[in-house]
Amino acid sequence: MTIRTKVVERPELNLWEKLYFPEVFRGIFLTSGHFFRNLSLHLFHAVGLFRRVAASVTIQYPEQKWLLPHRSRTRHRLTKREDGSPRCVACMMCETVCPARCIYIVAEEHPDPNIEKRPKSFTIDLGKCVYCGFCVEACPEDAIRMDTKIVDISAYSRQGMILDMNELLNPKGVKA
Amino acid sequence: METILIQSILAVIMLGFVFNLAALHTWMERKQSALMQDRIGANRAWIEFPWKWMAPINWLLRPFNALGLFHPIADAIKMFTKEDYIPPKGDKFLHTLAPCLSLFFALLGFAAIPFGNTIEIGGRIINLQVANLNVALLYIFAMVSMGVYGVVLAGFSSNNNYATLGGLRASSQMLSYEIAIGLTIMGIVMIYGSLNLQELIRAQGNYLFGWIPLWGVVLQPIGFLLFLAAGIAETKRIPYDAPEGESEIVGYFVEYSGMKFGMFFFTDYLETVMIACLATTLFFGGWQVPYLTQTGFEFPWGVQIAVTSLWVSIFQILSFVLKVLFFCWLFMTIRWTLPRFRYDQLLRLGWHYMFPLALANVFVTAIILLWVMG
Repeated sequence: MTIRTKVVERPELNLWEKLYFPEVFRGIFLTSGHFFRNLSLHLFHAVGLFRRVAASVTIQYPEQKWLLPHRSRTRHRLTKREDGSPRCVACMMCETVCPARCIYIVAEEHPDPNIEKRPKSFTIDLGKCVYCGFCVEACPEDAIRMDTKIVDISAYSRQGMILDMNELLNPKGVKA
Repeated sequence: METILIQSILAVIMLGFVFNLAALHTWMERKQSALMQDRIGANRAWIEFPWKWMAPINWLLRPFNALGLFHPIADAIKMFTKEDYIPPKGDKFLHTLAPCLSLFFALLGFAAIPFGNTIEIGGRIINLQVANLNVALLYIFAMVSMGVYGVVLAGFSSNNNYATLGGLRASSQMLSYEIAIGLTIMGIVMIYGSLNLQELIRAQGNYLFGWIPLWGVVLQPIGFLLFLAAGIAETKRIPYDAPEGESEIVGYFVEYSGMKFGMFFFTDYLETVMIACLATTLFFGGWQVPYLTQTGFEFPWGVQIAVTSLWVSIFQILSFVLKVLFFCWLFMTIRWTLPRFRYDQLLRLGWHYMFPLALANVFVTAIILLWVMG
């Protein structure tokens, strides 16, 4: 059996392209076209014309935020029961499945005899988290979700990246 | 005494123009590249006063803030407050001298650039040129080529192999293109028969067929293109930035930081302005405004508009400034359009194409001159 090969021809420059100057002019024509288009659009925007046509693709980040896709995995939150206590039953599924081992759960007895356990503390180290979403998949109680749309996660120390249960239950920073 | 005073005032005007234009280049560089790439560009250097009674001043500052015009100031503050590091095994004296030399020679050349015709103030005729030299063109090219010393010294005194190699690349590039740039302007010198820039510009005030301004670019189109190409090579900016190569190949100023690096950076912009001034003076009629004589506009279709001599001078200076700004814009556009030449391509372009073409241009010009003048 012969090996079938396909010879890919390298494009040779023709004389017009080898002269270099015409191609330089073509390039300058293209880039200065963008320049004058955007410049005049900016000027029109300043006097309130053609607001519909964007003059740049820039998103001015802290003031103007990009619309995240609906299913994007962002910072975690713990969901609550109707009485406001966490849905988590401290089954350790998420802690077990976590590939980064960033979830730390301490379980305790739940006062309601129908529910076996509840977390005494539920801590996620976001400095270690890889945002794989396995914890959400593993949870049998729908107690942990990654739908807060918080992406600007930062802290001045490694300690600051560790979130406790209170922060996870109230993702928008509201103190319970 | 009065002559010295007048010359110093002219020098201050020229320096002010050149310094501000070069500083504005940092702003132009950011904003123009942004517009060319559908971005907004730097606009976060924001000056605003927190007190209520300062509101009108804040309102006045707003457009400057929004346009990012305070970024050059922020740059300057950053450059001055950064650590100034001299490599311990480098040559301390030469390391400090190199950026000073670069900047000094880049600035000296501007003395011979005429930015307007003669004006008469109080019975005294003032030539709008800092130094009226008979050999202005030679002087400018001498100063431009002296700039290579700063570059080579910077590479040599840093005690860094990459810096030395960058300095060598820069020197061979600048020397190669020096020859090409010298030959491209020979055509102009032969046609107008003078090395005095003021006379060169006056000679460009004639008209071909009575209506085409007889600027250098009309008589020497190939010379003009070659001059542009070689001139950009002299400024060491993209596409000829093999000596610097900020992004990956390390250049001659790796070991420089703070304001000394800033001086090299500034020299680049000064050289760009210099080449823009030269292109204007030699090929685009300097301060000449088409159809403007000392008494007013005289259009070839017969219309005449009388203009006072003060306004004539203002129009001429404006014309010079606008032409220089156009060339600055053009160089910036080229810098953000073309990719860098490989180093062997760069030298081959200089020696195998630019140099023979410039020679041929001189040869053809000479034959035509002989044929026309008999």
